[in-house]
Amino acid sequence: MECWDTIADYALRSLGYGERLLPRSDFTLCQQVTLIGSGMIWNVYFGLVALLSGFFLATAVAVGKAARSAWIRKPSEWFIFIFRGSPLFIQFFFAYFAFLSLRSQFEVFDPFTSAWLGAAIVLFFNTAAYSGEIFYGALQSIPKGDMEAADAYGLSGLHRFRRITWPTMLRLAWPAYTNEAIFLFHATTLVFFSGFPARQQKGDALYYASYFADKTFNPFVPYPILALYFIAVTLMIIAAMGLINARLNRHLPQAQRRGIRLRPGALLAR
Amino acid sequence: MFSFCTDPAALDGLAWLSCYLTTGKHMAFYGAFGTVLLLLAITAPLALAFGFAGASAARGPAPVSWLGKGYIAIVRGVPDIAFFLFFVIALDQMFEWVRHEVKCPGWDQPIYQGNDFIVCPEAKLPLSTAPQWVHEGYGFFLAVLTFAIVFGAFAANVLYGAMRAVPRAQIETAEAYGLSQGQTFWRILVPQMWVYALPGLSNLWMVLIKATPLLFLLGVEDIVYWARELGGTKTPQFTDYPHGDWRMWYFLALLVFYLIFTRVSELVLDRIMARLTLGQATAAGERQRKAAAA
Repeated sequence: MECWDTIADYALRSLGYGERLLPRSDFTLCQQVTLIGSGMIWNVYFGLVALLSGFFLATAVAVGKAARSAWIRKPSEWFIFIFRGSPLFIQFFFAYFAFLSLRSQFEVFDPFTSAWLGAAIVLFFNTAAYSGEIFYGALQSIPKGDMEAADAYGLSGLHRFRRITWPTMLRLAWPAYTNEAIFLFHATTLVFFSGFPARQQKGDALYYASYFADKTFNPFVPYPILALYFIAVTLMIIAAMGLINARLNRHLPQAQRRGIRLRPGALLAR
Repeated sequence: MFSFCTDPAALDGLAWLSCYLTTGKHMAFYGAFGTVLLLLAITAPLALAFGFAGASAARGPAPVSWLGKGYIAIVRGVPDIAFFLFFVIALDQMFEWVRHEVKCPGWDQPIYQGNDFIVCPEAKLPLSTAPQWVHEGYGFFLAVLTFAIVFGAFAANVLYGAMRAVPRAQIETAEAYGLSQGQTFWRILVPQMWVYALPGLSNLWMVLIKATPLLFLLGVEDIVYWARELGGTKTPQFTDYPHGDWRMWYFLALLVFYLIFTRVSELVLDRIMARLTLGQATAAGERQRKAAAA
């Protein structure tokens, strides 16, 4: 089977393993599927790193924006405004060139100009800002009764936050946060088109898809392949977030548990 | 531009900067901001029209509604940037293919030859003899159409939701008065849906603003192109204004431009929203009424 050889050669090409040269002519469907799939490794990497790390900063920023003291509130508001108010594409460019000029002065910044660290940092801040706004909205709509009940039980401070405020906030924010996770994964396709170099042609899924489209002048094969991969990832995100949603709502009677209903109006691309 | 700019090497400080920022290339850079605004001005209504058609189709009878719903669904699962890259080539090839079929009926060779897309010379778009501005204009036209298709799908999504949010009783009343389906749609549903659509549409406007730098990927000489071009290291051999790698500062300027643009849009949209909710039977309209009464 020829296709197995192709998979063996190119399945990890995006990480630099396997065949060094990309196919140059007589592209087969198998090559396109394998290489674009190989690129998906980077999309999943960026998405997971940013989502998992951004979650914690988002919680902090949301609590900060809801704080009474202006010294905490103002920085949080500005952080959210800057990252939500400007295009991610420009943020990538700015960060890349900023890291470049820092590198010329300090050796330490060398890894920051590579996509695996530099772009991950930008995505981390970006998703923290978007999710922070979502969490802030959820914090504002926590039922008053929940907090009064917590007070009545004598809970206060960090204890109350951990046991009452935070879980309720997550429950309320989860559908919107699922949406954010989907769009974060979509946004990872921008990385290699915005300054960050794909050294030795180690790129993400869109990088390889546009490589094939440029070489074959036929966009009708690589882009649908890419689309199918992303639809698969989107479905997996919805499934995983649905499991977490069920866990968050496990105390509710079965009939009241609602699955995540993704509201079509709440699109949040960047 | 200024009279004292004849010998830039002798200048320093503010005078140097004022000369530097008014060179011909910088003027082209400032013009590129106009390109972005022009793109927004053309794309926004066009996308709204695409969205309206999509949403109306999604409400229609079975085969038409599949088309509308399919159009809406594409924005959900796939990154928009993939659509941009796809449509620009696909639309170009579609136009050339149609012209090819019309203009060269006798052509017997296949269109896809190995790794090339070949149509007869008369069908090329733009013609190889066309002047430069036609080439640039065609590129911009493709970009506008691509933006309108992708954001039309977003808009269709919003408008479809808004149409369903109009209270059922309004439609029933219209039917009770004997209005036909077309009349109900145009006179009752459409005028009332905007207030429900506006939050989604203003979100969409923000998304559209933030998508404009993607013009760069479509091969238009936009602000991102010029920022990379002007910011790069310049040596004295090639320019009167040598400087190091300033791309970071150029992109910082773009970042600030977008932040200001977003903020202004936010303020304007808030005012429009306040205007539209006036007297509407929604929670916000009720709040306005109470505030005015108090």
